[in-house]
Amino acid sequence: MEKWMQVLTEKIPNQQLISDLAGRYSYSFDASFGEHLPDLVVQAKNREEVVHVLKVANDYHIPVYPRGQGTCLSGGPLPVHGGIVLDLSQWPQEIDVQVEDLTVSVSPSVRTAGINEEAEKHGLMYPPDPSSAHVATIGGNLAENSGGPRGLKYGVTKDYVLGLELVTPEGEIIRTGGQTIKNVTGFDLTKLIVGSEGTLGVITEATLKLVPKPLGKQTMMIEFMNLRTAGAAISHTLTSGILPAKIEMMDQACIAAVENFRPSGLPKDAAAIIIVELDGHPETLKVEIEMLQKIMRKIGATGMTIPTTEKEADDIWFARKQVSPAIAKIKPTKVSEDATVPRSKIPDMMDRLQEIKDKYSLELVVFGHAGDGNLHPNILCDKADAAEMKRVEKAVQEIFEAAVDLGGTLSGEHGIGTMKAPFMEYELGAAGLDMMKRIKESWDPNGIMNPGKIFPEKGQKLVLTDG
Amino acid sequence: MGNLLELQQKINYDKTFDCVQCGYCLPACPTYETMERETHSPRGRINLVKMVAEEKASIEDLKDPIEKCLGCMACTTVCPTNVQYGQILEGAKEIIEENKSKGSLHKKAEDFLFQAFFPSSKWMQRLGEATWFYQRTGVQRLAQLMKITDVSPLHLGVFEKVIPPQPSPKIRKQRVERYMRKRPAKAKAAFFTGCIMDGVFFDTNQNTIELLLRSGLEVILPKQQTCCGALHAHSGKVDESRELAKRNIVAFQDEEVDYIINNAGGCGARLVEYHHLFEEGTEWYERAVEFQKKVKDISEVLVEVDGLTFPHAVHQTITYQPSCHMTNVQKVKSPPLELLKKVPGLTFKELKRPDFCCGSAGIYNIVNHEESMDILDVKMNDVCSVAPDQVVTTNPGCLLQMKVGIEREGKTKEMSAVHLVDLLMEAEPSGKE
Repeated sequence: MEKWMQVLTEKIPNQQLISDLAGRYSYSFDASFGEHLPDLVVQAKNREEVVHVLKVANDYHIPVYPRGQGTCLSGGPLPVHGGIVLDLSQWPQEIDVQVEDLTVSVSPSVRTAGINEEAEKHGLMYPPDPSSAHVATIGGNLAENSGGPRGLKYGVTKDYVLGLELVTPEGEIIRTGGQTIKNVTGFDLTKLIVGSEGTLGVITEATLKLVPKPLGKQTMMIEFMNLRTAGAAISHTLTSGILPAKIEMMDQACIAAVENFRPSGLPKDAAAIIIVELDGHPETLKVEIEMLQKIMRKIGATGMTIPTTEKEADDIWFARKQVSPAIAKIKPTKVSEDATVPRSKIPDMMDRLQEIKDKYSLELVVFGHAGDGNLHPNILCDKADAAEMKRVEKAVQEIFEAAVDLGGTLSGEHGIGTMKAPFMEYELGAAGLDMMKRIKESWDPNGIMNPGKIFPEKGQKLVLTDG
Repeated sequence: MGNLLELQQKINYDKTFDCVQCGYCLPACPTYETMERETHSPRGRINLVKMVAEEKASIEDLKDPIEKCLGCMACTTVCPTNVQYGQILEGAKEIIEENKSKGSLHKKAEDFLFQAFFPSSKWMQRLGEATWFYQRTGVQRLAQLMKITDVSPLHLGVFEKVIPPQPSPKIRKQRVERYMRKRPAKAKAAFFTGCIMDGVFFDTNQNTIELLLRSGLEVILPKQQTCCGALHAHSGKVDESRELAKRNIVAFQDEEVDYIINNAGGCGARLVEYHHLFEEGTEWYERAVEFQKKVKDISEVLVEVDGLTFPHAVHQTITYQPSCHMTNVQKVKSPPLELLKKVPGLTFKELKRPDFCCGSAGIYNIVNHEESMDILDVKMNDVCSVAPDQVVTTNPGCLLQMKVGIEREGKTKEMSAVHLVDLLMEAEPSGKE
């Protein structure tokens, strides 16, 4: 056994160490591309163990890859340089709601949906709702600054973090922010850590903000004969005085895929549909739904469905949830992007995506959280077809460029990780990227925290083919 | 294993790509919860199968994670991409079985079970009679007689206390093969008796026949029927399982029946999937499809025929522990609950997590005893918080396991476990005429 491993294993209970091949392979992947075998997996269950792991790793310059439940879509927990995967998912789950402060303290392993469930018992809500919320840990959500459909009205993970406890790459425990809504004491390190993808340390506790739970909600599905009108309908809605909790969009290819996969009664002849969820007081909802109908009629919607029961509403949202699995049936490999543009540019982005699809003759479908400009263009391809994968690589690059050119960003909610790293400079410029690097170097002088992520390595390019 | 392509085919390499590793199976998996490792999660196991097919890991590496899977299939109901986990699991088990060294304790334990407990001929009577004999003489003599004293990992002693009193061989022999009705029958049913059900829960089988008769059905018990083969397939003995399937298909097809009825969730799950054992387009495949169309759980038929009233009130608080195979493979969920609603006097309290496996899982609780007990502890926590008088089940494995759970918790005075049909009989059902 190597020296670092010997020192490291001294203070960690044996059953929390995984070194056999089958065990290590089980932590070699996440929900994105690629597979990288770590040398050791450590399942930390308290902050002292995290401190110990990071001190040893820092002494011996061993990479550490923090991991929650491995639902990441951008390669966050992949141990691309070997070393240690630090599994935090088995840490005891603690949720402590301070009802009168409208805050909650959580351990890093808590499943995100569990926070909202606990908050709801007190008439409160934790709004961020990534679709993996019932699986993913809050630690992972904080590291990736996850979003979700409700981001339109309520914002994303970073908008709900008041304070953090973090173990630094050198093994020191620091606390950032606090328990209060207002706090201007010093640099806002909380915001810097959230979304840093595990490159600045390991989050061991968080204090989150809660909001009152809306009293009611109302869903509506609207059909359009072309995508541009759908885009315009979204802008009109948002400037009418109504702020829906969610606005989701599906194009014709997505509708067809869902209807083939699990028929859900979606309008197959529509070029696009948008699904809106309003929330608030039931009386307000009645007024708003009428306003919305007028707006949609005026702009040229070809059909509207307003569910009258919870079951009918659930059915519509269930159909929306089927998009991901349904399009996965089109072809074996799914390259899922989350390029995001200013909302006014959604129609332009849709045009650009259509051009890219035609240019590289690829199966490209679009859905996503259209209300906040966060689209999910998905390319369906076959990993075994090398020629096609080359075209996909080029198409992905053009999607990124299109988003940035329209004033948008590479990633709205999935994170940079490994795949998008080569495009960082295109969006941030050399000086911008360099500033981030300098921050990283001063936090983590030995470069042990999640190396190989966010920052491109020399000559790194987007590669979707093996070998 | 000579040929890589052959290995990849057997281990269902192509099917592993349906898994997008999203992790949605993790919250549904009992062993991920109790064993706390991805290695023991559906996604982890599928990944390891892939690693073996790519020669990055060995079959030996795959063994423990696959053998520790309950096969409860809870993952398949939450999987967004419809991964054929059952087939991947069975393929992996087959490969492991082929690769097994003969001397291991695990192998011995399994050989004992498949050669002595679920043998291919006359097993039904032998098992029941052996149990009867065992109850009259005690475990030691049986163990000596069956030469199992050297198979120590079988924790049969645990189950000793919970096996119900057995009828004598004479009573067993008195059962006839055909129950006709004087009036024209509403439908004709063939009853699949099952090995453990008929061996250990003979009275429950008798009650099942009685419920069918009172519902207005004609019932036959085809003589040539044999074990469903589920336990064989779960242990990688796919060829044997296929042979048993063929024998059952033949045994049941001679009689023109409307239903092939069983009262064991695990057996039913195997019977409805018989066609998966044969290649599409072959004659056996077609015959298996015809067979499986008629397969129904007793609860489904009782609801469908709707021929009973339950006049006698049963004043008890009950909870229902669904069989995983009935829920996740047969997709039979509501019929048992609908029947329970018809019994006057019952107070039904639902478990917090009814779909969490009890840890019985075929012979899992015998060959992976400790792991099974960890899972049972999670289940019993849930059961004890509901504090029912009776725990209702629909599968012999679950029934035995729940009895073991109650025993372990020291609650035998407050609660008991019961098969649905036995509870229904307590309500003294009579036919609607």
